[in-house]
Amino acid sequence: MKLEENLRRRRENKEILLMTHLVLGYPDFDTNREVIAQMVENGVDSIELQIPFSEPVADGPVILKASQESLDHGTKVSDCINFAKEMVEKWDIPFLFMTYYNIVFKYGEEAFFKKCAEIGITGVIVPDIPPEMGGSFYQFAEQYGISPVLIFAPTSSDERMEITGKCSRGFVYCVPRKGVTGAKSEFGDGLTQYLVRCRKHTSLLLGVGFGIESRANVEALIGKADIAIIGSKTIKLVDEKGAASVGPFIRQLLGEK
Amino acid sequence: MNPPTEDGHYGRWGGSYVPEVLHDTFKRLKEDFAAAKADPDFWREYVELMSTYSCRPTPLTFAENLTRHFGGAKIYIKREDLNHTGAHKANNVIGQGLLVKRMGKTRVIAETGAGQHGVATATMAAKFGFECTVYMGEVDVLRQRPNVFWMEKLGAKVVPVTDGSRILKDAINEAFRDWVTNMDNTHYVLGTACGPAPFPEMVSWFQSIIGIEARKQILHYHHTLPARVYACVGGGSNAMGIFQGFLDDDNVELVGVEAGGHGLSTGKHASRLCSDDASPGMAQGYKTMFLQNSDGQMLETHSVSAGLDYVGVSPILANLNDQKRVRFESATDVEVIEALNLTMKKEGIIPALESSHAFVQAFKEAPGLPKDSAIIINQSGRGDKDIFTIAHALKDPSWKEFIINEAREYQQGESK
Repeated sequence: MKLEENLRRRRENKEILLMTHLVLGYPDFDTNREVIAQMVENGVDSIELQIPFSEPVADGPVILKASQESLDHGTKVSDCINFAKEMVEKWDIPFLFMTYYNIVFKYGEEAFFKKCAEIGITGVIVPDIPPEMGGSFYQFAEQYGISPVLIFAPTSSDERMEITGKCSRGFVYCVPRKGVTGAKSEFGDGLTQYLVRCRKHTSLLLGVGFGIESRANVEALIGKADIAIIGSKTIKLVDEKGAASVGPFIRQLLGEK
Repeated sequence: MNPPTEDGHYGRWGGSYVPEVLHDTFKRLKEDFAAAKADPDFWREYVELMSTYSCRPTPLTFAENLTRHFGGAKIYIKREDLNHTGAHKANNVIGQGLLVKRMGKTRVIAETGAGQHGVATATMAAKFGFECTVYMGEVDVLRQRPNVFWMEKLGAKVVPVTDGSRILKDAINEAFRDWVTNMDNTHYVLGTACGPAPFPEMVSWFQSIIGIEARKQILHYHHTLPARVYACVGGGSNAMGIFQGFLDDDNVELVGVEAGGHGLSTGKHASRLCSDDASPGMAQGYKTMFLQNSDGQMLETHSVSAGLDYVGVSPILANLNDQKRVRFESATDVEVIEALNLTMKKEGIIPALESSHAFVQAFKEAPGLPKDSAIIINQSGRGDKDIFTIAHALKDPSWKEFIINEAREYQQGESK
C-alpha cells in the first residue's frame, strides 16, 4: 500500500505528521493551487482534497458552505480529478480524496478507483460507506491499490474498532469527539485514554482530526498519535486572510518560528 | 410484506449508510425496534393510544357525489385527515414516541417539510414530556408559517435551515448533524419511510395501521376488495401505510402518485419513480432513486405541496416499483388544484395539497372502471392547514384583501 509506506517513511524522521485539507473549487481552483503550494512548501506531509457533494452530512458549517459555493460555481467531479492529477504531478507528497459515497457510486466504483490509480491518488476518505455496506467498494479499492481510510469514533465499541481497523488502509482517522467537522475539541485526559484504546485495535498509524487549530493542539497529540489533521481551520484562514497566510500558519503548527 | 435483508436492503435499495459515530446508536435502535415489534403488548398500547389520543380507526367515507360525477367505480376515501394534528404523520410519531419512552431517551428532534410532521412531533413531545427541536428549511418556514406558529406554541424549538436549497432534504441533513452530536439522550423521529435502516421498516410498520383498517372497512362496506388503491408519494409513508393492507391481494392494483410540479418535461417536479430525471444513488443514509445530476449532486425539486418536495423516495417503494407491484404516476400543480376544488364542492371534504395528488389520478381512472368496482383514495391529510398556499393558488380575491388588511392593521398597531 503506497499511502501507508509513504506515511511510515515520513514518520521515521518526525514526531508527528501534518495532514491538511481543502474543498476543491472553493473559493476557486486558482486559490486551491496557491494554498497547496503554501502547504507543501512549508512542510505538510499529505493533503486531503475534498470533492464537494450537495449533501455533506458529516460536515459542519465551514466545509458545508465551502462545498455549496464550489458547486454553485459549477465545480464538476471531472474538474476535481483533473486538478488532483495536476497536483500529484507537481508535488511529492501523497494526496487523498475526501468525498461522500454518492460521488463514487455515480462515477462507478471501479471506474473511480481505476481513475485514482491512474492519476496517482493514494487514498480515499469516504465517511458514509461503512465496511458492512461497502463490499464492492473495498474490493475495488484493494484491487487498484487505493487505501480507504476508515474512521474510529469515541462511540465505537472495542468490537467495532476491530472491524473498522481491519478494513482500513493507510492509517485510521480517529475522530476525538461527537459532532460534525469544525467545532472545537477537548485535548485533555479523555482524548489520551481514547487514543490508547484506538492504538489497541489497530497497528496502522493514527490520524486525529476534528478541531485542531494550534501548535498546542498538535503538541497534545505527540506520542499518542501519528498524524495531526487540520480541516476547517485553513478554510477559515484563507477566507479571512488569503492564501498567503497558510504558510506561516503551517510553520506555527510545526513549532517553527 | 417481506422484511428487509439483515443489512436493511429491499432488493437493490435501502441499506444503512451511517457515519461511524452513529453506528452504535443505530445498532441499539435496531435492537430496540425489533424487540418492540416482537412484543404484542407494544402494538396493543399503540393502537389503544391512537384510539384515545388521535381518532383511530379513521373512517372510510363513501364519496357518493364524486362517484356519480365520474360515473365509474365507487370512490371511497380513507380519512387520515381526521387524525389528531390533521394527517397520517401522527401514526408514525406516536409510535416512535412510545419507542423513545422504551429506550429511555428524553429529547426528540425532527425534520419537517410541510410542517405536519413537525407539528405532530411537537405534539407528541408535549404529551410525553420530551424536549423537542424541529429543523425546517427556510423556504418551508416561509410557506408554512401557521405550522411554525403551532410548533412553537407546543413548546418545540424550530430551527430554520439556511443551507442547500433550504427545503426538506436540507432539514434532514441538519437533523443528522444534531444527532451525531447528541445521540446519547436524543432520538431522531424521522418522518417518512426513508433514511437508513431501520427507519423505512419502522415508519412503514407504524403506518400499516392505515391499511389494516382500510381493508377491514372496504370489506365491510363494499363486501369485496377494491380494484385500485391510490396514495400520494413524497417520502412514501402514507402510501406504504395503506398499500400494506393490500400487498398480498394480487387483484388490487396499487397506484402511487408523485408530484408532477409544472410538468415532467419542465424538469420542475419531484417525480423520482415515474420520470426519467432520477437515477440510483445513495444519500441521507440509504440507496434509492434520487433526482440528481450525472455527478451525483442532488437537484432542486419543485411541487406546490411542501410535503412531496423531496429528492428521494422510500426504498421499499423503489423495490415495489422494480417488482411492478406498485404503478407510479404523477399529477401537476394545476391538476392538483382542480381536483382539490372538485372534492371540496362535491363532498365537503378538504384534502391537503399532498393528498390531492392521489385524487387527481383516481379521478382520471375512475370513469373507466366498472360501476360495481370500488377504489380507495388515501386522504393523507387535511387541506385547511394549507389555507395560505391554496388561497394563493386559487387567486382568491377576498382572501388577498383580508391579508392586506390584516397586514395594515399590524403595521398601524406597531407604529402606535
